[in-house]
Amino acid sequence: MNPRRQKRLVAVTAFVLLLGGAIGAMLYALQQNIDLFYTPSQLIEGIGDKKVKPEVGQRLRIGGMVVKGSVRRAPDSLKVSFDLVDTGPIVTVEYEGILPDLFREGQGIVAQGVLVDKTTILASEVLAKHDEEYMPPEVAEALKGIKHVPPSQLYKESDKGQQP
Amino acid sequence: MIAEYGQLALTFAFCVSLALAIVPLYGSFKGNQTALELGNPLAYALFFLTAFSFWALSYAFWANDFTVVYVASNSNSLLPWYYRLTAVWGGHEGSMLLWLLTLAGWIGAVALFSRSLPLQFQGRILGVMGLIAVGFYAFVLFMSNPFMLSLPYYPVDGRDLNPLLQDFGMIIHPPMLYMGYVGFAVSFAFAIAALMGGKFDSTWARWARPWTLAAWMFLTMGIMLGSWWAYAELGWGGWWFWDPVENASFMPWLVGTALIHSLAVTEKRGTFKSWTVLLAIGAFSLSLLGAFLVRSGVLVSVHSFAADPDRGLYLLAFLLVVVGGSLLLYAIRMNSVRSQARYELFSREVLLWGNNIFLLTATLVVLLGTLFPLVHKELGLGSISIGEPFFNQLFYYLVIPFSLLLGLGPWVRWKQQQVQPLLKPMSLIAIATLILALGTMAATQSIQANLALLGLLLGAWVGSSAIFELLQRLQQFGSITQGLTKLNASHFGMTLAHIGFAVLVVGVAMTKTYSVETQVRMKAGDQVELAGYQFKLVEVYDLKGPNYSGEAAELDVSYQGDYVTHLHAEKRFYTVQRSVMTEAAVHARLSRDLYVALGESLSEDSWALSLYVKPFVRWIWLGGLLMSLGALIALCDKRYRRRTVDRKDTTEQKDKADA
Repeated sequence: MNPRRQKRLVAVTAFVLLLGGAIGAMLYALQQNIDLFYTPSQLIEGIGDKKVKPEVGQRLRIGGMVVKGSVRRAPDSLKVSFDLVDTGPIVTVEYEGILPDLFREGQGIVAQGVLVDKTTILASEVLAKHDEEYMPPEVAEALKGIKHVPPSQLYKESDKGQQP
Repeated sequence: MIAEYGQLALTFAFCVSLALAIVPLYGSFKGNQTALELGNPLAYALFFLTAFSFWALSYAFWANDFTVVYVASNSNSLLPWYYRLTAVWGGHEGSMLLWLLTLAGWIGAVALFSRSLPLQFQGRILGVMGLIAVGFYAFVLFMSNPFMLSLPYYPVDGRDLNPLLQDFGMIIHPPMLYMGYVGFAVSFAFAIAALMGGKFDSTWARWARPWTLAAWMFLTMGIMLGSWWAYAELGWGGWWFWDPVENASFMPWLVGTALIHSLAVTEKRGTFKSWTVLLAIGAFSLSLLGAFLVRSGVLVSVHSFAADPDRGLYLLAFLLVVVGGSLLLYAIRMNSVRSQARYELFSREVLLWGNNIFLLTATLVVLLGTLFPLVHKELGLGSISIGEPFFNQLFYYLVIPFSLLLGLGPWVRWKQQQVQPLLKPMSLIAIATLILALGTMAATQSIQANLALLGLLLGAWVGSSAIFELLQRLQQFGSITQGLTKLNASHFGMTLAHIGFAVLVVGVAMTKTYSVETQVRMKAGDQVELAGYQFKLVEVYDLKGPNYSGEAAELDVSYQGDYVTHLHAEKRFYTVQRSVMTEAAVHARLSRDLYVALGESLSEDSWALSLYVKPFVRWIWLGGLLMSLGALIALCDKRYRRRTVDRKDTTEQKDKADA
């Protein structure tokens, strides 16, 4: 091999190794930082054909509509908890901090946090979109094909169904 | 009526863009002088028609013409006049018109300032830009027309501008950003025109450089303004969120930065040619990708506009045509291009290779983090989101070697560098770095081995290397004062931009490490201490604005007993859009920001408040500002204004003036 080719070989090998290492590191970091998105019914009933449910302690995102009348505040701190619903099941979100400006009962929000028990999420972040009619697209999708009633009514109707 | 004229002008502009896409290109391949010379007037016509159309839409906003659907959905008669005018680009349709205006502006500028280029080459550039223009004008005219009327049943008043956009930052952030995005279309057109001709030499790079620098300058400003706006307006005290749309603007910036450096090699050494062309194509393609991501509704973010799948599909098709077409041309033409220059392993060329590799790896990281959730969802694997730590972690690893290289780069000669002569200056810089970094740390915080120290070391390394290098270069002219007049502007620009990067790194590291925040429940008279500052809530009272109502909080801040400042934070309720906005109170100093956001009312007399103390956060924007200032200075370099050919006798006089 002449010296030029040798140099080129070294350069190419170094480049490939670097690129491979970089992509490997990236994928590893990616794997560590993926948060799956659930709606309340997916959280309880499981996702997809296999009905995969999240494990307690798992980091996740949840999106749903805040159930009317479910926001409970602690009297002397910023602790707050509220319920989320999409098509039926209800999960509870606990959070300490200031809720976003557009957080309102009956509106769609997304919370990022850790599952502490089967139906409770300890949120580190609560997001609400700056739009009156906003609904997280995942929630909108989950609600697709179902008659368009505000979740608050949906909640009440299911309540009534349970108390004949 | 005015709105109809705007529509008419836009239609004409579309026809002109068609002509611009066909005539000069035809002329360049057939050698038809007349067709080539038509390029300039067509470019000017395109600009004036678009400007008129834009003016017409602005007038409709100014005059509260709610017969125009777009005006009705983005403005309101209660809105102050200045926000009525900026509301022109507050929604999808109007911002696309602004996009067209900047595109037409760049085309006009190319026509105006590149008259000294060979006619055939200039014609090709204008033709390629015309092709791009056809795509965008058709998009606006047929798929997102801002002049649509709702006659005869028009609303009495409008739905108001999104309160988030009622801010000074919003007035200049989108125009700057678009100037940057669209500016890369010029670099792209230069690259494609050169591909058509098959001629790449250092003159080509010298022509393309100022345009790329200008676009990069605007994009840097736009991103910085966006970050500053988000910090001031969103009330969460952050300055970068790795939001998909931020990422969409960051990717062309990274590739654009790589392009600037690669162009330097092509100009000075005549190598990296095919690579430079690829980067020019990449920068513009990523700008288009950004437009697609933001406007198709595939992403959810603060920035995304109302979703319309057809628009997304059109933009995606356009993106594919542009990328596919240019890569095809590249594949056909590029194998005939050979670089003949040789360089050794330790040379500036190789270090700039390193620069490009790191910048492109960073682009890959951002691209992966932005598109992966989309792919994941489309494959039916469920919705996911990629957390901030992913980006932070990888950028952390990338910035360290990148900064080390950056401190070394400007000292290394082209072609070949001996190690021996560099040892002395490099060790001097290393000592200066240690003193600077530890000194700053001791002066502001306690000395610890943490991210902040790393950031300070890297920043001081890059900064002191840039300054020493400049001094050394100036001395080569005999004395520093002589050097100041003789050294070319692009060298000053480079040094300033590198210092800007250093400042940015220091700002990010210090803010990341030493920011403290707390969310508290306060009553009037309560006092909270944070990082040595005492925040005292004096009172909260009701507020009445032109198109909003709300509450305001007054706070007094003192530091260890000494009065520092008074802060005024607001929470506004915009009545028409029925939405709440936080107007944070910020007290800014170079060494730290005090930041207070008023939260919700918890009971009759107590309030939730967010308090932040953010050291060195200003340095982040200062760094960005220095970078774009550096680009501006580099743009002023005389050699970019040197005439290459005299097409007419009239240009000769200007030549003399330039010399």
